[in-house]
Amino acid sequence: MNDTLANTEKKTAYILTLPAVILVFSIILFPIFANIWISFKEVELKDIRIPEPRAKKIVKSISDEPTKIKILYKLRNSSLIQEIRDVSFQDNFPKTFEIENLDPRCSYKKQKLKCEFGNWPAKYRENFQVVFKTNDGSKIDKKNLKSIKPKLEGKSDNILLNTNFTLKNFKKVLFENEFVDLLLTTFYYTFFGTVGSIIFGILTAQMVNQKFYGRTFMRSVLLFPYVAPVVALAYTWELLLDPNSGTLNSLLLNYQIIETPINLLGQKYIEISILGFDFKLRLALTTVIMFEIWRYFPLAFLFILARLQAIPKELYEAADVDGASPFQKFFNITLPQITAVISILFMIRFIWNFNKFEDVFLLTGGASGTRTLPINVYQQGFAISDIGMGSAVSIVIVVLLLMFMFFYFKLLGKRVDEN
Amino acid sequence: MRIKNTILFSLISTFFLIFLISIWKILATLQGLSINSFNIEIIFIFGLLISLAHLGIGDRIKPIYKSIIFSSIFVFCDGYLIQKLPIWYNLGVFLILYFFTNKISKYTFIGLKEEHSTQVILFDFLTLFGILFFSFVILFPFYMMLVTSFKTQIALLVNPLDFSINFGQDIKDLFKSYFVIFKSYKFGKYIVISTIVSVGTVIITLLFAIPAAYAVARLNFFGKTFLSTSILIIYMFPAIVLVIPLYTIFSQLGLRNSIEGLLIVYTATTLPVAIYMLQGYFKSIPKELEEAAILDKLSWFGIITKIIIPLSIPAISSVALYVFMIAWNEFLFSLMFLDNPNSFTLSRAIQYLSGDAETPRQYLMAGSVVVTLPVLFIFVYFEKYLVSGLTAGSVKG
Repeated sequence: MNDTLANTEKKTAYILTLPAVILVFSIILFPIFANIWISFKEVELKDIRIPEPRAKKIVKSISDEPTKIKILYKLRNSSLIQEIRDVSFQDNFPKTFEIENLDPRCSYKKQKLKCEFGNWPAKYRENFQVVFKTNDGSKIDKKNLKSIKPKLEGKSDNILLNTNFTLKNFKKVLFENEFVDLLLTTFYYTFFGTVGSIIFGILTAQMVNQKFYGRTFMRSVLLFPYVAPVVALAYTWELLLDPNSGTLNSLLLNYQIIETPINLLGQKYIEISILGFDFKLRLALTTVIMFEIWRYFPLAFLFILARLQAIPKELYEAADVDGASPFQKFFNITLPQITAVISILFMIRFIWNFNKFEDVFLLTGGASGTRTLPINVYQQGFAISDIGMGSAVSIVIVVLLLMFMFFYFKLLGKRVDEN
Repeated sequence: MRIKNTILFSLISTFFLIFLISIWKILATLQGLSINSFNIEIIFIFGLLISLAHLGIGDRIKPIYKSIIFSSIFVFCDGYLIQKLPIWYNLGVFLILYFFTNKISKYTFIGLKEEHSTQVILFDFLTLFGILFFSFVILFPFYMMLVTSFKTQIALLVNPLDFSINFGQDIKDLFKSYFVIFKSYKFGKYIVISTIVSVGTVIITLLFAIPAAYAVARLNFFGKTFLSTSILIIYMFPAIVLVIPLYTIFSQLGLRNSIEGLLIVYTATTLPVAIYMLQGYFKSIPKELEEAAILDKLSWFGIITKIIIPLSIPAISSVALYVFMIAWNEFLFSLMFLDNPNSFTLSRAIQYLSGDAETPRQYLMAGSVVVTLPVLFIFVYFEKYLVSGLTAGSVKG
């Protein structure tokens, strides 16, 4: 009895979870394996369209002979590079139609015109014409004739399915693609964006954790950048920072803080000298990181605030009795209590920033030294239309991420052991 | 010790005042006033004098009179003698000064003797400064988005700093950018598509996620732990890695440029979070209720529809809102999958609009307002539900 109950429970569980599991596996896990497959192939964007045999049907009446009609099919192979084999053709006609001239490749039976066109090489074109006559002399309805679409079928190789593999893509990614620069840019973007958003998150959480008028309102305002659509925010920032008539530059010029506008999103380097040390700052990258911090610190804020509100009040009361100053309280009570949240946040944000595409794409498109790995996936795959290369870059991303996660958990595990 | 504290207090409060007035000046400049300098030196001297005078006078005058007197003197000297500016500007300065003097009124000369008083003051002012600074930094872009959408190209070229809105003009002129994007750029259609996609994603996600979450929360089956851990791992997986294979597969299946294609991808990417959030909530529902239902011979379908769903309306609505927001804001897949202007979502449409360098910026901003408003509205209105959802699952991105 118990056994059958457990069995039905199992069955129910599989029925309930199966739809979700199938969907997630086919859209998320399968593509990851497909990525590995594609990354070892030489595939371009134009190769992935399956070649199709196509026919455009043109109906022409023949002058002086209202019972006859000429039908022209403009046949072609949609692909410019691939052959289609064994093309078959079929079209239907009204009952009263009789064929006048039958092409040797075709047959006409039961109002069906069937043809076998054989193999079509790439770019193949042919004008194929048939003439019909109505056997009862009735008039021909051209519109009706046109609305019947011919069916074409053919076989072709799918470049994605053959087994020609190459290591060329990975060789290119790792050795020709300014890989070190790409990696460094991605690292700067990820690391400083993550650290910055966590610092701002701590500051704002500490702030909102105190009592003041309009605190709940403040909490929602702080989450605005996080919940608003990226597209809107990125274009607003772009307008604000625009060198020609952007608000920021106009303001700075107006107050005579600068003399010439600064192109914050379009200039790769800016020379800065502090205390006699000259160094080059990557300006556009810094701006993009600022945007990233601005947009994502709310997540850190929310997590840290939730943690802060769970810290027992007695700790602070005891500190007050001991005569601790506000800063002592912050460094000795608050900070140790939130380290666990911070380490989780660091990992989550690091992974997500590492893969962040939209923000940089919308702000700079990857120009002026802001090309990160995800941007490179897009550029290789869609701008240069080299799908194989794009896949190879995304495989590199996955490998790097897995390495990061591995080391991070190892480090974290060690620290937990020590405590 | 007290002298040191006095000096520190005056300096900190003065810097705070300078910050307040500078923000007001920036906002005033953006209304078209010609203010070419922050006059930091003058405000610094005034601020210092006010703080010191405040400490010196102490309780001898009622705080409210003290505030009014200080504010009036400041406004008279700064606004009337130094820069001749309109009344509303000076009224703003007056209110800022009033706020400022009120804020400093709780610090007294005697109080400065106390232990840690500098740190307390610093902490207090940093908090205040933080509140204002973050409000400004966050709201400023949203404010600019909104006001730019009401300006015209010519007005912005004449004076790029004048964002004042002329409410006197005809409604048609005021909302011109909005009329244009709806008429010439088909934004009405894009709103419909975005809504269908987002609402559709919510419905399908819930249909798939509720049974799955129930199974994970309640039933015992082989592979359960594997499933629940893989949910989290899949959630961490980067969308950019999926783009190329999905693009190729969808191209070959003819799913690109279709709402169905987007629905499939959005549902798959939001499912893990939805299941994760829901199963957490389902676990908190007392088991006894279901046991009673099993005795009544209710099938699992009956249990889910008659017991679980009615009891977890808050969690389900939080998941629904939150999936809606992800789907509404999504950009990457809509960029990759849609290239026919007839099937654009709002985000993709705005990006397409910006691709044309000729597009006036106010149209772009009007479009941005259109795509942002529903989300912010939902967020503010249902904040309670959403914040719990955000902390539980955290919006992906």
